[in-house]
Amino acid sequence: MDAATKSEASGLHSALRYKFIALVGNEFVRAATAADAAAGAQPKLVIEPGTERELAEILRLSNEAGLAVIPRGGGTKLGWGNSPARADLILSTARMTEIIEHAWADLTVTVEAGCTIQRLQETLGQHSQRLALDALWPEKATVGGVLSTNDSGALRLRFGALRDLIIGVTIALPDGTLASSGGKVVKNVAGYDLPKLVTGAFGTLGVITRAVFRLHPLPLNSHSFSISSVNAEETQKFVLAVQDSKLAHTYLQSHFSDEKPPASDILFEGTEAGLAAQEAQLRNLAAPASVSEASNSSWTAREELWAFSAPASAAIAKISILPTNMARTMKLVAHSANAQQVRWKALLYATGLGWLRLEGKPGMLCAALQALRDDLQGQDGLLVALHRPSKMPAFDAWGTAGDALPLMKAVKQQLDPKNTLNPGRFVGGI
Amino acid sequence: MEARILDELRTIVGGRGLISSPEELHTYECDGLTNFRVMPRAVLLPNSTQQVQAAVRICHRERIPFVARGAGTGLSGGALPVENGIVISLARMNRILDVDFANARVIVEPGVINLDVTGRVAPQEYFYAPDPSSQSICSIGGNVAENSGGAHCLKYGFTTTHVLGLEVILPDGSLVHLGGKTLDTPGYDLAGVFVGSEGTLGVATKIILRIVKRPECIRTLLAAFPSTNEAGAAVSDIIAAGMLPAAIEMMDNLAIQAAEAAVHANYPSCGGLLLVELDGPVAEVEALMTHVNEICRSNGASEIRLAQSDTERALVWKGRKAAFAAMGRISPNYIVQDGVIPRTALPQVMSEIERLSQEAGLRVANVFHAGDGNLHPLVLYDRRIAGQEEAAESLSSKILELCIAAGGSITGEHGVGEDKKKMMSKMFAEPDLTTMQRVRCAFDPLQLSNPTKIFPTPRLCGEKPGEYMPHPLESAGIAERY
Repeated sequence: MDAATKSEASGLHSALRYKFIALVGNEFVRAATAADAAAGAQPKLVIEPGTERELAEILRLSNEAGLAVIPRGGGTKLGWGNSPARADLILSTARMTEIIEHAWADLTVTVEAGCTIQRLQETLGQHSQRLALDALWPEKATVGGVLSTNDSGALRLRFGALRDLIIGVTIALPDGTLASSGGKVVKNVAGYDLPKLVTGAFGTLGVITRAVFRLHPLPLNSHSFSISSVNAEETQKFVLAVQDSKLAHTYLQSHFSDEKPPASDILFEGTEAGLAAQEAQLRNLAAPASVSEASNSSWTAREELWAFSAPASAAIAKISILPTNMARTMKLVAHSANAQQVRWKALLYATGLGWLRLEGKPGMLCAALQALRDDLQGQDGLLVALHRPSKMPAFDAWGTAGDALPLMKAVKQQLDPKNTLNPGRFVGGI
Repeated sequence: MEARILDELRTIVGGRGLISSPEELHTYECDGLTNFRVMPRAVLLPNSTQQVQAAVRICHRERIPFVARGAGTGLSGGALPVENGIVISLARMNRILDVDFANARVIVEPGVINLDVTGRVAPQEYFYAPDPSSQSICSIGGNVAENSGGAHCLKYGFTTTHVLGLEVILPDGSLVHLGGKTLDTPGYDLAGVFVGSEGTLGVATKIILRIVKRPECIRTLLAAFPSTNEAGAAVSDIIAAGMLPAAIEMMDNLAIQAAEAAVHANYPSCGGLLLVELDGPVAEVEALMTHVNEICRSNGASEIRLAQSDTERALVWKGRKAAFAAMGRISPNYIVQDGVIPRTALPQVMSEIERLSQEAGLRVANVFHAGDGNLHPLVLYDRRIAGQEEAAESLSSKILELCIAAGGSITGEHGVGEDKKKMMSKMFAEPDLTTMQRVRCAFDPLQLSNPTKIFPTPRLCGEKPGEYMPHPLESAGIAERY
């Protein structure tokens, strides 16, 4: 710990610090280091409660003391969103890792927020089940983190987003309330659907302490293929044809870049007889394009996009478009990137969601992102900048939240009136 | 309500868009749950977003509670009017505004009938997946309010899975867009909160739906078991084998008798009937259906039939979907219950229902969405016999308590509405309910939108501990503390 950090940490009202220590134990309250910075903001303390009661109490005390709290799971996406306006302490779920109940015969699991996705999947796999989500960095990413950031990958096409998989949640609110909603059964319409409210809320409303998910069986067999195209128009035509076909594919994703012609990967899961029949149909549908076996890397395409070597000159954006705007969007990306002398690579799912990596000088990246966002917003689409180089000119991570922003602020005001949780990190200054 | 307000409302919707005479208002005094009845002061029939907005603005200005109503088929009293309040019927807003096959999106007004969406997209081999049994008469707006399910939500999800965006008039009259045509719009998932909020957060005036490509084939199997226990064991084995059927439905003997009497579905007579539907590519479905067949046989199915044609399949479903109404054939009165249990608790809960049924001296017919543990016990009684109605209501509540004790829910698809709000405190702790009501306060601080539903104790927004002051809604007799 450097001297400056040490003095800042000790600057935190010592009586309060004693209360934290009394609650969770000395070894779980420590001064924050530079490695604990969150989207450019440097907190003073890191606290690791062992139970949701402890977590709620720390949150309540911090809220009373006017401290800004940054909830943290595995910390893999802590840089996403805008830089918090204030950051006093990191509230870590690192010790809350229990898989409380895997009700395998009911295809549900109840799990604490700090459990990593990989450990969860390993446990579920013992009964040939899965949480149907291909999260980024599953070995580190936690249940609470993927929920708060609404992470989703290729499997979303078939199984929906986390909003469709979560069936119950417990959250700690800044006033210390522990509130549950939803339940342990897949079908349930009693009360408001707060699991959806906190999914993708970036920890700005409450801290997720546990979640209940519906599960899916692991497939009996699977088979994936790659199909190359000469250009984005052809890719779009292929994707729309597959979507309009009777194929029962699990995912369909397309790769674009300034280096290679586009290619798509498609995955089928099911019985051997079903897979063979679908392969034949796919070959017919794709002709004259050739269909080849896909490599295993199609599962890690998103992580590869994130594996840039120079963070200071790379930006990553999530985009969402209508599937019919795929080719047009890729042309636009190429055009904007060209104009700003920026290298680019994109991964687009058949859902219309996609990921874009731009590499170049920070000022140029900013101009390219702005041009793209303006255009996408004009066609029902959107662009969210998840990673921006620190030297890039100011660029809001989120873009417009539309006419519902006042309502979102009212929801925030109700649950976190003192702006304790992740202040300023979310849309419209929330 | 003062005449000037009615006049003002009339100028918005026109003379034919306002109903205020007592004899006409009777139509609106209840929904599909007819044992709760309240006469509204007036019913409005707007035909545009602008008219809804103008009417809600007046309600807000004058502090008049309002209840949005779709087709009125709800089974929990969700569209029950509030005394001296307004009912906003969306029946005239029944246009399908846009059909976009390439992106699989349809934009509708709230009064569009559920099955009409599928009707519109069927020629291109798409369908709208949520299929409540009332789908030929219920509206999309009502489905949004209740987050309606149906037999096929096991595989395809609920209304909330298929609603991508909403245009909503908030209780203060402002117009907002939640979600959108594309996924993951920035900000909170308020569309996710709005769907299933039973009309308590505002009025949806446009809904963006996702439609689904019809699978290559659909196969429906009927299997007759000695009792629901064996049928339940077969369901467990199907799920354990890693299959996700499009639907798994179960009916007990009494339900089979009623359905047979009503629509002659040609069901085998047995103690537990299982209906399993698989869909997808032909080769896949055929391989899995062979497996389902084996599982049914090994669990003691005495008869297994595969529907041989679309007509036969339609008849099988007609019997199932008519099951509630069919109870009228075997009992003068009945209560439709809607509870959920973890599927594995089925044998234990069934034997408890049987015990309670015998104890009360009342018959209970059982229809389940067996794949997801959603039970619809139908408590049969005769109102003319003194004490039977009360006994039936008590039995029905006890069944819900069984569901809660088994780790389930008090409602899987019919909603809380007026009917089950007192059960909410049994399912949720006070902080849970308070948190939900804080969300409600963000949408509707004056609590004008369907104010008396869902919550057992309305929480007045901005309520702080301290000296008791009656809230204006209490003084007006709209809300009460208990």
